[in-house]
Amino acid sequence: MSTQPILELKNVHSGYGSIKALKGISLKVMPGEIVAIIGANGAGKSTTLMTICGIVKVEKGEILYQGKVINKVPPEKLPTMGLCQVPEGRRIFPRLTVMENLRLGAFYRDDTNQIMKDIQYSYEMFPILGERKSQKGGTLSGGEQQMLAIARALMTKPKVLLLDEPSLGLAPIIVQQIFDIISQINKEEGVTILLVEQNANLALQAASRGYVVETGEITLEDEAQALLSNSKIREAYLGE
Amino acid sequence: MIQEFKKVWKPYAIGMLWLLGLLWPLLGVHPDGTMTFQTTFIVWRYILAGSFVCLIIYLIKVSGSLKFIADPISRAVGNIKTTSTALPTWVWITAVLIFALIYPQFTGRYGTDVAINVLLYICLGLGLNVVVGLAGMLDLGYIAFYGVGAYTYAILNTTYGLGFWVCLPLSALTACIAGCIVGYPTLRMRGDYLAIVTLGFGEIIRIILNNWMELTNGPNGILGIKSIGIFLPVFENGFTFEHFWMKKLQLFYYFALGLAIVAAICVQRLNFSRVGRAWESIREDETAAELMGVNTFIYKLLAYAMGAIFAGLAGAFFAARMRFVSPESFTFLESAMVLCMVVLGGMGSIPGIILGVAALIALPEIFREFESYRMLIFGATMVIMMLFRPAGLIPAKRVGTRSEEKEG
Ligand SMILES: Nc1ncnc2c1ncn2[C@@H]1O[C@H](COP(=O)(O)OP(=O)(O)O)[C@@H](O)[C@H]1O
Ligand SMILES: [Mg+2]
Repeated sequence: MSTQPILELKNVHSGYGSIKALKGISLKVMPGEIVAIIGANGAGKSTTLMTICGIVKVEKGEILYQGKVINKVPPEKLPTMGLCQVPEGRRIFPRLTVMENLRLGAFYRDDTNQIMKDIQYSYEMFPILGERKSQKGGTLSGGEQQMLAIARALMTKPKVLLLDEPSLGLAPIIVQQIFDIISQINKEEGVTILLVEQNANLALQAASRGYVVETGEITLEDEAQALLSNSKIREAYLGE
Repeated sequence: MIQEFKKVWKPYAIGMLWLLGLLWPLLGVHPDGTMTFQTTFIVWRYILAGSFVCLIIYLIKVSGSLKFIADPISRAVGNIKTTSTALPTWVWITAVLIFALIYPQFTGRYGTDVAINVLLYICLGLGLNVVVGLAGMLDLGYIAFYGVGAYTYAILNTTYGLGFWVCLPLSALTACIAGCIVGYPTLRMRGDYLAIVTLGFGEIIRIILNNWMELTNGPNGILGIKSIGIFLPVFENGFTFEHFWMKKLQLFYYFALGLAIVAAICVQRLNFSRVGRAWESIREDETAAELMGVNTFIYKLLAYAMGAIFAGLAGAFFAARMRFVSPESFTFLESAMVLCMVVLGGMGSIPGIILGVAALIALPEIFREFESYRMLIFGATMVIMMLFRPAGLIPAKRVGTRSEEKEG
């Protein structure tokens, strides 16, 4: 593992007009890692990811990706640089087919042959998507939509994948499946993952390190195992 | 059947009473302040009788007593459907093209005139379809670009004497520029806000046309616009070209047909290109599209500009045919009309739009005798449509049709 973080936030502030959602977030993600951000509803987890992606503008502080400041990079440029997000609530394109959703993941790429190969590869990784390839995205089940959202993001060939609550609204057995896929992407494809979750237990088991966010600030940061055994965390986020 | 009747008689009775309440102010209150009930009751009784018969037939059908008639009919309809979908698309296209090519030979002036109108609106509808159907931006001021195109030709022709063929691309250009100018500030908005702002901008352009006396001659409009000049080969003294003014209606028809075909091909190609894919992703979910690397602002602006270009071309042709333009031709009602055509036919579907335009232009012509009830019939048709075919007459087909997908 190299010593330079692939993604780093330095004292980042952002928000929605007068609402200050982030009040100085600092975090580091090393290449090849899975890092988890946990926190209650409305703590600012999604805002953190949206700020990294440029959808929410940075008001103060710096976001560094591969050592370069990306505060001012427009959101549509980031996938070309290898930074992609699977947003909260999946947000697949409901009236486009599974195939077309995947094509849109490869929107910035023009290597049609390789794109077709990558789509085939997605179908191998998620066989259910292959079966449903001409079906409209909106007609898939929640778990299938989550897989489609992940597969779509992988089509951008990311180096860093931001995942926002992939377990949201899914049955436990599906959640386990999704987390297996996440580990697989990390281990086999070497994709660095920044994972936002309310399901702290699962997230910390998958991750190597974790950050706890409360009302727009990082209140705790540690190895995932240490956080799992931290009594405060167990009380606040693991319901014990 | 009696049971079914018991279920529906209450809402039916309420509906009819409500209709009576609606009809009376329309028919029974006169401008001089007097009120009568006679005509209202007569009209209402006819509607009551008619709808009651329909209701009874419907109830009989629901209770299944009509199976012996309904079954063969539905089977026949099913047969027609399967054969029509079995026919490949190119058969449909050639059939429609051949019909369009020989159509003017069969009808007189009037029929050709209506057909030219249909073709013009097809052009407009296809342009608006790019904005509304593909990119998903509700544009209520679309007709303004039609006006810009028409006025560009009118002004360039009457004051500078420029010919139609020079002005046609210029009209497209000015409409495109107008589209970008309007689009640039408005496209940052989404949904309802965008609709209202485009409505406002459409009105602003119309008001400019109405009030800029020096340039547009205000509400009086511009007269004396030259028709389309064409060069035809003449074989008298050797082989030369001679300049003609297009006067025959049939020539206009073929020109409009050409314009509509070009528009259809352009929209079809755009739809199945990378650009079309970007537009559809924006329509579906703008933020997700942005996260996937689509420059939403540029593509939205492009959709707006493309739509405006088609409107500009149609506008120049309109000015050349009418040889007169005035701001009255470009009111909000026209925008609403084109939007209705697109929605009625099926957003995003080219055959749907053609059918929608034909329905909304041709039907009012057929029902000319009922002139004063036109809007009523129009409204009723829209309501019935939305109930029975909410995705339009011919909804867009969207199952794995993109060219490169066949390999996949
Ligand atoms: N679009 C928005 N406009 C205004 N405030 C927002 C918006 N989205 C989120 N917020 C506010 O920002 C704060 C953080 O929200 P969010 O990042 O979505 O939390 P989390 O993802 O941790 O549940 C909350 O107080 C929320 O109300
Ligand atoms: Mg969230």
